[in-house]
Amino acid sequence: MNNKLGRLTGGLLLALYAELASAAYQLNFQAPVTRIASEIYDLHMLMMYVILVIFCVVFGVMFYSIYAHRKSVGHKAEQFHENTTVEIIWTVIPFLILIGMAWPATKTLIAFKDTANPDLTIKATGYQWKWGYDYIKGEGEGVAFLSALSTPQDQIHNQKPKGENYLLEVDNPLVVPVGKKVRILTTANDVIHSFWVPAFGIKQDAIPGFVRDTWFKADKEGTYRGQCAELCGKDHGFMPIVVEVVSAEKYTQWVAEQKKKTAAAAEDPNKQWTAGELIAKGEKVYAASCAACHQPTGKGLPPAFPALDGSKIATGDKNAHIDIVLNGKTGTAMTAFGKQLSDTDIAAVITYERNAWGNKKGDAVQPAEVKAARK
Amino acid sequence: MSAVIDTHGHADHDGHGYQPSGLMRWVTTTNHKDIGTMYLWFSFTMLLLGGVLALTLRLELFRPGIQIVNPEFFNQLTTMHGLIMVFGAIMPAFVGFANWQIPMMIGAPDMAFARMNNWSFWLLPVAASLLVISFFVPGGAPAAGWTIYAPLSTQMGPGMDLGIFALHIMGASSIMGSINIVTTILNMRAPGMTLMKMPMFVWTWLITAYLLIAVMPVLAGAITMVLADRHFGTSFFNAAGGGDPVMFQHIFWFFGHPEVYIMILPAFGIISQVIPTFARKPLFGYASMVYATSSIAILSFIVWAHHMFTVGMPTAGLLFFMYATMLIAVPTGVKVFNWLATMWKGSMTFETPMLFAVGFIFVFTMGGFTGLMLAIMPVDVQLQDTYYVVAHFHYVLVAGSLYAIFAGTYFWIPKWTGRMYDETLGEWHFWLSLVFFNITFFPMHFLGLAGMPRRIPDYASQFTEFNQIATVGAFGFGLSQLLFLYIVLKVSVFAKGEKAPAKPWEGADTLEWTHLPSPAPYHSFHEAPEVK
Repeated sequence: MNNKLGRLTGGLLLALYAELASAAYQLNFQAPVTRIASEIYDLHMLMMYVILVIFCVVFGVMFYSIYAHRKSVGHKAEQFHENTTVEIIWTVIPFLILIGMAWPATKTLIAFKDTANPDLTIKATGYQWKWGYDYIKGEGEGVAFLSALSTPQDQIHNQKPKGENYLLEVDNPLVVPVGKKVRILTTANDVIHSFWVPAFGIKQDAIPGFVRDTWFKADKEGTYRGQCAELCGKDHGFMPIVVEVVSAEKYTQWVAEQKKKTAAAAEDPNKQWTAGELIAKGEKVYAASCAACHQPTGKGLPPAFPALDGSKIATGDKNAHIDIVLNGKTGTAMTAFGKQLSDTDIAAVITYERNAWGNKKGDAVQPAEVKAARK
Repeated sequence: MSAVIDTHGHADHDGHGYQPSGLMRWVTTTNHKDIGTMYLWFSFTMLLLGGVLALTLRLELFRPGIQIVNPEFFNQLTTMHGLIMVFGAIMPAFVGFANWQIPMMIGAPDMAFARMNNWSFWLLPVAASLLVISFFVPGGAPAAGWTIYAPLSTQMGPGMDLGIFALHIMGASSIMGSINIVTTILNMRAPGMTLMKMPMFVWTWLITAYLLIAVMPVLAGAITMVLADRHFGTSFFNAAGGGDPVMFQHIFWFFGHPEVYIMILPAFGIISQVIPTFARKPLFGYASMVYATSSIAILSFIVWAHHMFTVGMPTAGLLFFMYATMLIAVPTGVKVFNWLATMWKGSMTFETPMLFAVGFIFVFTMGGFTGLMLAIMPVDVQLQDTYYVVAHFHYVLVAGSLYAIFAGTYFWIPKWTGRMYDETLGEWHFWLSLVFFNITFFPMHFLGLAGMPRRIPDYASQFTEFNQIATVGAFGFGLSQLLFLYIVLKVSVFAKGEKAPAKPWEGADTLEWTHLPSPAPYHSFHEAPEVK
């Protein structure tokens, strides 16, 4: 019996040890891959050393005093309560230390803010809850796509084992060339988001209605992962940023592929679609853009995110349905999708919503109708 | 606390005879001691409530994946934990201390505006109820973080309106309380007690009260604009209508940064009473303490944008706010050095109040170090909105403010109840709190450095281990506070434990110890004491 218990405890301890040994206890910043990020890394280390010295001195004094100046060891209290010299010294010394810290910090700060003369300018738009990237200037101009979390829901809900890059993986990563100065313009569509890639040492809030900028120049090829850093509602924790830094040749190749894809995807807005085609396409759009709130079942998460299954709008007048999807509903989380999705996508998703779950309207919305409603 | 009732009969000689009993006593009371007691119990209740919310968060974060709360509710929990702890637990606790201690420490019979004092307190349960009710309205409680940044806060359901009204009411309560405190301190000091002879706790509260009067209206303005944007079609924070979302942050943090000091200055005051008492030595550098506290208060008005280093400000703005923020390290350092110099060559004993005070200096200073780190704008860019910040402000608010509240409670509870608390249990409470606090919050520094954002319900797998350690620590810390509840209940409500002498602490020298018996009589200092 005792033996069994011993073996069990031993086994548990061994398991605990194995767990501890295998765990990734990262204690510092991620490895920097830009000049700014490595300057930040060095600043942090410098400060840590200074802090460590101050810590040792200050608490050395305190613990010595606690050890030596106790009543229980018979120490008698002295009654001094002022010493101008000492007080001036301990005001001036911290001040000098601060100046020593401010100097390198100022240099890094000024470099950090210098967004002039970029090789490539990309606009990053925060949406609830994904990122949109528009290549505005430089090689790849005109490329635009959305980038959303690609971790499947069943991993999040613990029904499947979690993948290697759980929550830090997207369907379409941002691709940039190595060694080029990339300026990122940030803005947002709904609420404030924040564009953060730790390995680059950049974090820039994306503010709806305003454009802010930041920059990076990655020195090493690779895949770098970050997340939205500003609370932006329900799925704030589920809008990662993935940046692939590739060689100049690979980048050129990638741009060419993107252009081809865009050309192939360009649809004739006046094409008449069959209801079946629209529903099939709409299901995909729904999964990417609507399911996070309204749920794959169409039941929503009332009252913040109403059900579409059986809803007045999805089973009522077509035009009201087009209007809410295009223009959103102010004061709620319902975004104006007119800015994010093409006429075809909107037509498809509306058709899908009117014919999915218990909704059996049997009608279809054509891209041309959406185009007309935009005016 | 109930021991006060016993002394009521014979302490009351001069026609204040009528006094309802039972519940009505507490509803109608204008006595600073009763009101102080109510503030303290209210804040402890809120502490437990906010603590339960925090433990729910920690449970969800025990491992990656969504386990017990969905992301929407998770955001409500983080928001309500913050609002309840800041406005429900920490601030009212210090007002409770002010009510009990300021009149006794300056030799005044009561607060200046006794009826308004009652009103300031009774607004709080109303506000707290609004906050709790918000969980049950459609859409649930506010979920935009305790900072309620627009335009996220304009998206919320009616729970946000309840939250805004609650903040309005708590703000009104704070302003009235502050006016009361300022008036009491400036007009009702015993003859001979000049400003520069006041106990340090009174000084810190005087400065805090001015800060409150200055910034609570600013908060009220910010949230009223959110309310107008939500319901009346204004566009203060809506770019489409010509507004600016970032303006909300400027206004909020113009309130928010002084607010941080509102929550720590009275704590400095308590520590400055406790350390000299148990070192049996006068406070070192009294005058420089007063000046340091005032400088911190003044600086607090010009550093607000360091909470917004990542919104995108011009270089000159960033430099100004970085330098101003770094400057705060100087007066804060002076305070720590003064406490150490007070301990130096003293004759120290380590009863529970002293343990918490020394623990305060040790752990609060670590929060100060991380604060310095965050002041450096380029480093802050990496750490803004990560767990590093969560670690930082819990080091200064839990190990800072809350430890000081514990130190003060153990220090003054013999005077309040006439009973000595259980020293052994008190020391246990200290050590458990200290150890579990660090187990909970120290690993968060590493999480933040490695890149874990705050306010997320689920995280990437590499953050698992430190989150598990933090969750275990959080439960240990939470449960340790039940020990504190037991210790306080024993001496107050159940009136058990050794009787306390008038001056149980050898080194104590302020008026409440030297001129009043324990427990302090219901009405004290009808005749002002003479201060030499």
